[in-house]
Amino acid sequence: MSRKAAVAKKSWKTLLNHLVLILIVLLVAFPLIYAFAISTQSLQEVVGRPTLKLGSSLVKNYREAWVRSNMGRLLFNSIFVAFTTTVGKIIMAILSAFAIVFFNFRGKAIAFWTIFVTLMLPVPVRIVSTYQVISDLGWLNTYVGLTVPLMASATGTFFFRQFYRTIPDELVEAAQIDGAGPLRFLWSVLMPNSWANIAALFVVLFIFGWNQYLWPLMITHTVDMRVVVVGLRSLIPGGGEMLPEWNIVMAAAMIALILPVIVILSLQKYFVELYIETEK
Amino acid sequence: MERQVVFRNKWLPYLLLMPQIAITIVFFFWPALTSLRLALYRTTPFGDRMFFVGLQNFQRLFASPQYRQSVMTTLVFTASVTLVGVFISLVIALLLNQAIKGRTIYRTAILWPYGVALPVAGVLWMFLMHPTFGIVPYYLDGIINFNFDWILNGQAAMLLVILTAIWTNLGYNVAFFLAGLQAIPQSLLEAAYVDGATRVRSIIHITLPLLSPTIFFLLVMNVVYSLFDTFGLIDAVTKGGPAGATEIMIYKAYRDGIISLNLGSSAAQSVVLMVLAILLTVFQFRFIERKVSY
Repeated sequence: MSRKAAVAKKSWKTLLNHLVLILIVLLVAFPLIYAFAISTQSLQEVVGRPTLKLGSSLVKNYREAWVRSNMGRLLFNSIFVAFTTTVGKIIMAILSAFAIVFFNFRGKAIAFWTIFVTLMLPVPVRIVSTYQVISDLGWLNTYVGLTVPLMASATGTFFFRQFYRTIPDELVEAAQIDGAGPLRFLWSVLMPNSWANIAALFVVLFIFGWNQYLWPLMITHTVDMRVVVVGLRSLIPGGGEMLPEWNIVMAAAMIALILPVIVILSLQKYFVELYIETEK
Repeated sequence: MERQVVFRNKWLPYLLLMPQIAITIVFFFWPALTSLRLALYRTTPFGDRMFFVGLQNFQRLFASPQYRQSVMTTLVFTASVTLVGVFISLVIALLLNQAIKGRTIYRTAILWPYGVALPVAGVLWMFLMHPTFGIVPYYLDGIINFNFDWILNGQAAMLLVILTAIWTNLGYNVAFFLAGLQAIPQSLLEAAYVDGATRVRSIIHITLPLLSPTIFFLLVMNVVYSLFDTFGLIDAVTKGGPAGATEIMIYKAYRDGIISLNLGSSAAQSVVLMVLAILLTVFQFRFIERKVSY
């Protein structure tokens, strides 16, 4: 094969490659594109022939979805819960990992395994008896109940532990020679080097917190304590007398998904570079 | 590797660990132990008395046709989500790895559904596939001979939840595969190319073996995801129906405990799931580090 032909063949292959990838991207985006189109259509358009055409009821639908689902309150709850559990988890993970990596003490192995065994006990598996604990504490339908029990994070602890183990002994020695105590070392040496790690973990934990479903469903029972992901369900039209107002549902779904998607898009650099590179 | 230089302090490490350990004991260990205990008892329908029944709850569970069906459903669901999801992700990642230009943009365009909560994703998909109003059945009905009515047809419901679960996790898988692929030395593939290996051959003989740790990791992660994280999807979309067609084990444990108030059976099911979770975690830990050091 001549050189020219080889180059031509290569560029055809590249083009084909890109075409396939664009097709995949469109397929992945299709549910969202369709949902957005529906969220702008009127009820007549929704029950007619399915189409991706944008309708004229965008403002009307989003306003209706907002009012009907008490969206302001739902969003506040979701943001509060996701943010508080994320920050709580990160702080606890940093403290635990710091204790495990930079100290020798009796019971270290027990502490380590106590934390990591939680990976083996996902929420749904122990939901009935955890519900009982929350109820005994009087935490049902409260923000404390929504956040505190979720703050233990084996993933976070593991993640920071891996990172702290790469800190050279010389750095610790230097700090000790300078007379820095452990907390000083944590604050002035480790923390300034941890921001990229914290950002990476923030993405994962924030999305995890925002996307919680079973926990808030179980322990809250009033509408004003509901989070977005749970509240969305109540808009879905069942059979019978209800109008098939899927345009309203889709508008609410758009509102429910926009924030975590923005978080992942804006912090994905950290998410991919740190979280994925180290988790492997 | 044990760290050589450490700080000396008698009580500080305990203080630092206390919040996390306290939460773990109160909200993880205690409920898990309660579940274990509850699994050995039977509660009267009004919940006022409990009898010790030994392993009877487990015997009944394994003999129950509904539970067996649920196990089968879980197998089909988990295997489909894991195998199909990981395979598609691998293909996409291999394609992406070739496209030098725009790789980051493509990755972003595939990663974003990871941010969508499964129940929300479920709502998008249930409308997409809605037998009366959805666009997919509307255009595929004449082409494919399949009853898309997920409200009445169990297979359609299963397909719906499988597709949604794969869609949500796709970007996560692809991102891990891409990171794995980029760690493979380019020189190795070039050497193979010089030796006259075709693209497919070099993928099979060089890329895949080197990628096997990532493949293994993602298989385990996807199994865990399908088994435990998909609760919200099932609850929001099918509630286990129609006629138990999508009632995976985690959902059955919840329904039997919370809705049917059959606490003994639900606790026994939780114990089975815990054992599964422990096996998977140990498996994964073994792999991440052969020897765990602190």
